[in-house]
Amino acid sequence: MTIMLERGTRQGAPGTLPRLLAGGRRLGEHRATYGQIPLRRFAGEDGRRTLIRAITDAGLRGRGGAGFPTGRKMTSVAAGAKRPVVIANGCESEPASRKDKMLMACAPHLVMDGAVLAAHAVGADRVYLCVERGTSIADRLERELAQRDDPVKWKLVRVPRRYVSSEESALVHLINDGDGRPMAAPPRPYEKGVAGRPTLVDNVETLAHVALIAAYGPGWFREVGTRSDPGSTLVTVGGAVARPNVYEIAPGMRLGEVLDAAGGAVEPIGAVLVGGYFGTWVPMPDGWGLPLTHDRTGPQGTSLGGGGIIALPAESCGLAETARVVRYLAEESAQQCGPCMFGLPAIATDLAAVAYGRCDPATRQRLSRRIAQVTGRGACRHPDAATKLATSALTTFADDLMTHMDGWTCTGVSRDPILPLPDRRHRDRSWK
Amino acid sequence: MSAPNPEGLRLQVDMIKCVGHASCFELLPERVSLDEWGYPIIETDPLPSGLVSHARRAVAACPTLALRVDGKVARKR
Ligand code: SF4
Ligand code: SF4
Repeated sequence: MTIMLERGTRQGAPGTLPRLLAGGRRLGEHRATYGQIPLRRFAGEDGRRTLIRAITDAGLRGRGGAGFPTGRKMTSVAAGAKRPVVIANGCESEPASRKDKMLMACAPHLVMDGAVLAAHAVGADRVYLCVERGTSIADRLERELAQRDDPVKWKLVRVPRRYVSSEESALVHLINDGDGRPMAAPPRPYEKGVAGRPTLVDNVETLAHVALIAAYGPGWFREVGTRSDPGSTLVTVGGAVARPNVYEIAPGMRLGEVLDAAGGAVEPIGAVLVGGYFGTWVPMPDGWGLPLTHDRTGPQGTSLGGGGIIALPAESCGLAETARVVRYLAEESAQQCGPCMFGLPAIATDLAAVAYGRCDPATRQRLSRRIAQVTGRGACRHPDAATKLATSALTTFADDLMTHMDGWTCTGVSRDPILPLPDRRHRDRSWK
Repeated sequence: MSAPNPEGLRLQVDMIKCVGHASCFELLPERVSLDEWGYPIIETDPLPSGLVSHARRAVAACPTLALRVDGKVARKR
């Protein structure tokens, strides 16, 4: 299996990677590699339907985390009564992931082509390109947008750097009311989003794939990946590997192969977090052969999600690492829903007690009860990320947990943390 | 209890609007319990026919209009 990051030409043998990062940053380079946007080929009402059918046949699934079929989402948005709107979501607030930032830096015009095609497919005339503010990406994208001559109206939206502001209803809320907190469903953005219009919210990598499918067709797209999760996908591999970086892989690759592609482990690995902070801990070496796709696999229903993969050394403490991240997720709550506002800090405190050896059976029981109670009870999925991660840690590190319950902690708790968290100075306080 | 109502009506809560006032728990303990912070845990399966009118009363009594009875599923818990 090929995994590469360096540039190549588009005309490779079938199934050759990279697909996404091959094109070049500048519009000229990009056009030289991928050609013009094939809008004319999909002209008119019939053309639109053909384009959506191509996306559906390609089996493209969202690359933002949920893995929802993109063609189906487009079909719903296009069926609305009002003229739809497109949001290209490049926020990537997930600290364990930087594949979207990498994509927007290496191939901004592929993303933009995809957004223009998606807008055409659903009949939208406006595209909001959403990126985290306070980074250089926004300015660079604005310069690249100025180079283009597209049949849509672009607007670059600078989004607060908050974990939950990248959630789709939060983006709609920000654009409509200047408030980057999630909203309650229904209605969902695809029914009623920006200015009450049906709104297609797609991750920027998803849109880049849309551009490629429009150019090369669904058959080409399916040359790599699995039947239910075709096409290539970007992952961010971090932690104790020799070459932490963003890689373009084919879904279906084994977890161990992905780690090897990142230069292999630099010390014995105890577990790997797959799917970022919305993910699950996979014990190693047992999990070496786990195939990674956007489908759930393995005993814990592991999935690639947003593509964050972090290798944790056997010497580190998975419970302490998880407790830190859950504390961070609790701090990132939008403080709107009681179970999220009160439940997440309580869970974080219990987990820290477990990790630092101040846990008794009563705490352990309370933790399980709180996890069950909070799951699924926020207006958005934020609390579910925290409880899923916590549950997975309690399962995967069950042996460590027993040790900690006896009042012992491992030396791992005093090691430097592996799971990345944003510096406090780089976290916005406001939602505006 | 009685069979589910034919329209598939469910009791649902908008957690952003809910302030944990708990009058829903008092009016409809059959479908509502409280978590340790005083926020309602709502049974969102279709209501039994006999409870639809009680549920509507709870909806009317919610001070923040956080509750509703309808057939749309916000999302599965
Ligand atoms: S669940 Fe949490 S993050 Fe989501 S809307 Fe409610 S308070 Fe905000
Ligand atoms: S009555 Fe309304 S505000 Fe009070 S707990 Fe029930 S849903 Fe929440």
